[in-house]
Amino acid sequence: MIPEVEIVLDGAPVRVPADATLAAALLSVGRMALRRSVDGEPRGALCGMGICFACRVTVDGRTHRRACLEPVRSGMRVTTGD
Amino acid sequence: MDVEVAVVGAGPAGIAAAIMTAEAGRRTVVVDAASLPGGQIWRHRSRGDLPRDARRWLVRLERCGAVILSDATVIDATTAAGAPPTLLLSRHGDAIKIEAQSVIIATGAQERFLPFPGWTTPGVFGLGGMQALVKSGALVGGLRIVLAGSGPLLLPVAALLAARGAHLSVVAEQASPGRMARFVAGLWRHPARLTQAAALRTRFLGTAYRWGTWVERVRPAAAGLSVVLTDGRTRREIACDLAGVGFGLVPATELARLLGCQIQGDRVVVDAGQRTSVPRVFAAGEPTGIAGADAALASGTAAGAAAAGVAAPRSGRRAGRDAAFAAQLAETFALREELRALPEPDTIVCRCEDVRHREFQRGTCARETKLRTRAGMGACQGRICGPMREFLFGAGVEPPRAPLFPTAVAALCSPDAGQSSTRGAP
Repeated sequence: MIPEVEIVLDGAPVRVPADATLAAALLSVGRMALRRSVDGEPRGALCGMGICFACRVTVDGRTHRRACLEPVRSGMRVTTGD
Repeated sequence: MDVEVAVVGAGPAGIAAAIMTAEAGRRTVVVDAASLPGGQIWRHRSRGDLPRDARRWLVRLERCGAVILSDATVIDATTAAGAPPTLLLSRHGDAIKIEAQSVIIATGAQERFLPFPGWTTPGVFGLGGMQALVKSGALVGGLRIVLAGSGPLLLPVAALLAARGAHLSVVAEQASPGRMARFVAGLWRHPARLTQAAALRTRFLGTAYRWGTWVERVRPAAAGLSVVLTDGRTRREIACDLAGVGFGLVPATELARLLGCQIQGDRVVVDAGQRTSVPRVFAAGEPTGIAGADAALASGTAAGAAAAGVAAPRSGRRAGRDAAFAAQLAETFALREELRALPEPDTIVCRCEDVRHREFQRGTCARETKLRTRAGMGACQGRICGPMREFLFGAGVEPPRAPLFPTAVAALCSPDAGQSSTRGAP
């Protein structure tokens, strides 16, 4: 059994794997689109290692956090679509 | 922070280098962007995930006395004749300045991406990107996954995904069957690598490993993605949940170039002691040529020994052999011409600024393109589109400028940062 925690994703509670980075956790629950590009197209993680900045989200009010470098924490509030 | 040796990067090369200098009694700091040392190849959540030799290196690193600064990114670096090199780091929103007698650049490599219609669709990851996400805890059991691109990385990623219960639809290698057959036939000269490749292949025997096949397009589909593969004659459309696509590795040389180290092709020029053209600056591992973890451990050890002024232990590796293998890799996995023709006029090239293929002109230099289109001016600072623009348009590489990574203005304005030259901050 994989341990899970609850996070708040765009205002709704979601259970995700506990021992994961945020990008990995969101992939696990089928959430691929994380932001909007300059032209408004949906985009998601690409490089997985902090280089491409394609997975930036807002975490607990802090903007431009790279989801691939951010560990999952119980109760963290994540806003996508910036 | 005043140290004798600053090592940038905590993958195999950086780990081996830091162990050499710290065990020789030099005050050593290791700067790494991740939260745990290991680099990309030894990325882990717990030590139990790692092979035994990796665990041994990490234990040795822990005990050698080097200070490890994780979650830290080098944003600027300077050297001046006679003065020690200076690194400026950003860590948890603060700036940290490090003055070191020697700097060892062990920044590893990054993935090469190429644009094709639909490559920016969510669910399309890099090949190494998908590997990193799975190693970082992503659950892929039951997902239908297509892997495509080029290079030896296809094998370990396919093996990992199969072991985690994914349904691999196909593994597509763009290199021609002729080149692949020649490469495999020559592997007997590298028995360890042959054994390793064979062991990885057995872990996804249920999936076809198609040579001479590449991704032509990806479309979002009702449930997931639709990936079109081609061998140049026929097309096949595959429904899947995720795609991992990557075209080999590119040495990460931004820091070396910022410090003014001589570069040849895409790699940092070093001597037998891993010295770059800049005094007191060494480079080890992938920035000096893509050759894998064992070669990185050997060159890291050599760099650490040279920086500490001690004799290098015999590695049992012959540098010439690693170089020969690197040359074979480059020849086998050279990118085919057809890949240049994949983007359509509307295909995104620079994802940060949404600059499309039609906005680029062949032969225009990187700097002019950047000023005209903003390509390479976004958050990734050209790391993703730079290598692809070079392949597609022969654009050349724009010299890096500080900050090397997007940095909070507050960190740049801190008193520590003020003493450094933050040249060319955009």
